[in-house]
Amino acid sequence: MKITFPHMGSLYIPVEALFQELGFEVVVPPPCTKRTLELGSRYSPEIACLPLKVMIGNYLEAAELGADTIAMIGGCGPCRLGYYAEVQRQILADLGSTLDMVVIETPLENPSRLARDAAKILGRGKLSRVPRALILAWEKLKACESLEKTALRVRPKEEKPGLTTRVLELALQKVRQAAAVRTVHKAVQEGIGELWAVQEKHGRQDPIIIGLVGEIYTVFEPFVNLRLEERLGHLGVEVARTISLVQWVKDHVFKGSIGLYRTTHLERSAEGFLSGFVGGHGLETIARSNELANCGAAGVVQILPFTCMPEVIAQAILPDVSRAKELPILSLVVDEHTGEAGFQTRIEAFVDLLSRKRREAYRGQTQSLFGSRCGFGQY
Amino acid sequence: MGKHKAYLGVDVGSVSTNLVLIDPETDRVLTKLYLRTNGDPIGTVVKGMQKLAEAGEWEVVGVGTTGSGRQLAGVMLGADVVKNEITAHAVAALKHNPKVSTVIEIGGQDSKIILIRSGVVSDFAMNTICAAGTGSFLDQQAMRLGIDIRDFGRIALQARHPVRIAGRCTVFAESDMIHKQQLGHSIPDILAGLCEAMVRNYLSNVGKGKSIEPAVLFQGGVAANQGIRKALEKALGLEVEVPINYDVMGAFGAAVLAKERLQATGDKTRFGGFAVARSSFDSFSWECEDCPNNCEIVQIRRDGRPLACWGSRCGKHQVSSDSA
Repeated sequence: MKITFPHMGSLYIPVEALFQELGFEVVVPPPCTKRTLELGSRYSPEIACLPLKVMIGNYLEAAELGADTIAMIGGCGPCRLGYYAEVQRQILADLGSTLDMVVIETPLENPSRLARDAAKILGRGKLSRVPRALILAWEKLKACESLEKTALRVRPKEEKPGLTTRVLELALQKVRQAAAVRTVHKAVQEGIGELWAVQEKHGRQDPIIIGLVGEIYTVFEPFVNLRLEERLGHLGVEVARTISLVQWVKDHVFKGSIGLYRTTHLERSAEGFLSGFVGGHGLETIARSNELANCGAAGVVQILPFTCMPEVIAQAILPDVSRAKELPILSLVVDEHTGEAGFQTRIEAFVDLLSRKRREAYRGQTQSLFGSRCGFGQY
Repeated sequence: MGKHKAYLGVDVGSVSTNLVLIDPETDRVLTKLYLRTNGDPIGTVVKGMQKLAEAGEWEVVGVGTTGSGRQLAGVMLGADVVKNEITAHAVAALKHNPKVSTVIEIGGQDSKIILIRSGVVSDFAMNTICAAGTGSFLDQQAMRLGIDIRDFGRIALQARHPVRIAGRCTVFAESDMIHKQQLGHSIPDILAGLCEAMVRNYLSNVGKGKSIEPAVLFQGGVAANQGIRKALEKALGLEVEVPINYDVMGAFGAAVLAKERLQATGDKTRFGGFAVARSSFDSFSWECEDCPNNCEIVQIRRDGRPLACWGSRCGKHQVSSDSA
């Protein structure tokens, strides 16, 4: 059994570790490229959102490298994605592909299905290795996130454009190669040190702080968001990413699987704008934008795939947040037709708007959000 | 007399490429060019520079570029400022009228709205997935009716009862327009109807949720069309001003930005001189296969020598701009 899974940013590092530790041979799909997208959009329904299409591309490219089984999450909600495993299974079957699919769902929604699929996986893996595998994967997940968040802080001040991204990639590969928790920790410590060293010696002025909200897949997959975080960083912006995979796992896997996850804190933050869950990260987008305004962020960028229902709802509410909080908000929609030029123009214009505005009003008043009470900088 | 000092602004757009020279003291536009890009931005910039060189003796003391081809024009000319078109249009509008609150810009393939409050851009939007609210839409329909696009606005103003045309989509607008023609509506009424359809489309797509306050400036190539201006005024209930240099506002803004930048830093211009007009430029692109990112690399060469290169994610293949 050669197992593969869809890409989402650096998530492949912990997921690869998880399955390897369980005793499987793992085929990590090649990084998402234009070819991935072409393959994916050729075989996917036109109306499906970009994540489904890119994932199909991932599977097909992994199959070329010998993968025979796909691990994918499923379930009821949080949006169409919950149903994508089924749709993808059907697409692959129509293609005559022999790829098998294992759908991982939360125990509350479909216990028998989970038991069956878990048995399918674990039957061939080594049960005794489960705790060790989970711990290593968890540590790697935390490692990747703290490296990436450090990169977001140093990139606006980097000495040579692109240096942060290179140093980050090297550090991530060290985490990937680490076989024990101890080596993971060492790799993170070293990586963070190297990232801080990227900063210009004669520091520039305080970077502009922009909060990043939106749909989780487009936030995390740089190919899909056209390297949004890098682009902003190169324009001298410190990005406060409000979605954390570590937090997501804590909320939805640890708490959610036993029915303990609540959205009350988000509802409180979104009060006056949105009163409850609307699927996906819609509520988060509103709640976090509101929090970012209260923390003194200069602006907010929302990113979503075209036709993403939860984020479309949020997009319609964001102008109210923007007006009430006097917070400039830019919504960016991506799909397979998104052109780089228009994307870059919008980002540049938005950053220009914020920096000109700051020069007028907030001179010397903005400060780093990291370490502030919002805590978006920490993991 | 010596050469006339001037700042050069260049706006390379998808449909038109505009060049302006402005007076360093008064910011007055000394000369302007409006050229069709015709899918050849390099050739059009070269042609523009030739025409400027023919038009007078200039000493260019600073260069700014904008538009979708701003990077390309920037390396060709040695620009001091390379700015996105939103900022350039806003700066130009503020120069024209410091009290401006709303800038409506409709070009060939994109349209934007820029809100300005107390002299600073406070919000903006661009058309996203459809060109039905842009100049190309009018071009298409004018062609369909066999009318020169330059006469479009004049004829539309003669309308007595503008017809209602479905303007959501260019294709559907066309079938609806044919239908109205067959019902016997006059050409002026149909053209005015098209103007109103386009304005409706623009306001519900680009201007959605934006508070449009006076003074409103209307710029971009489509501002030449009096019918659109009238339809905008009717829909907004506000007076809409078309600045005298409406068609080259982006280039004008770029020139002003170059002036601001150089005056702030005290640097000398990096302008490569009018020799560009005699150089031959070509571009060369390939897909880098050194890593799985497969970046699309574009290299711009001047007289066979690499001038600039972009597209690589890792910074490889980059040519230092000083070597050119």
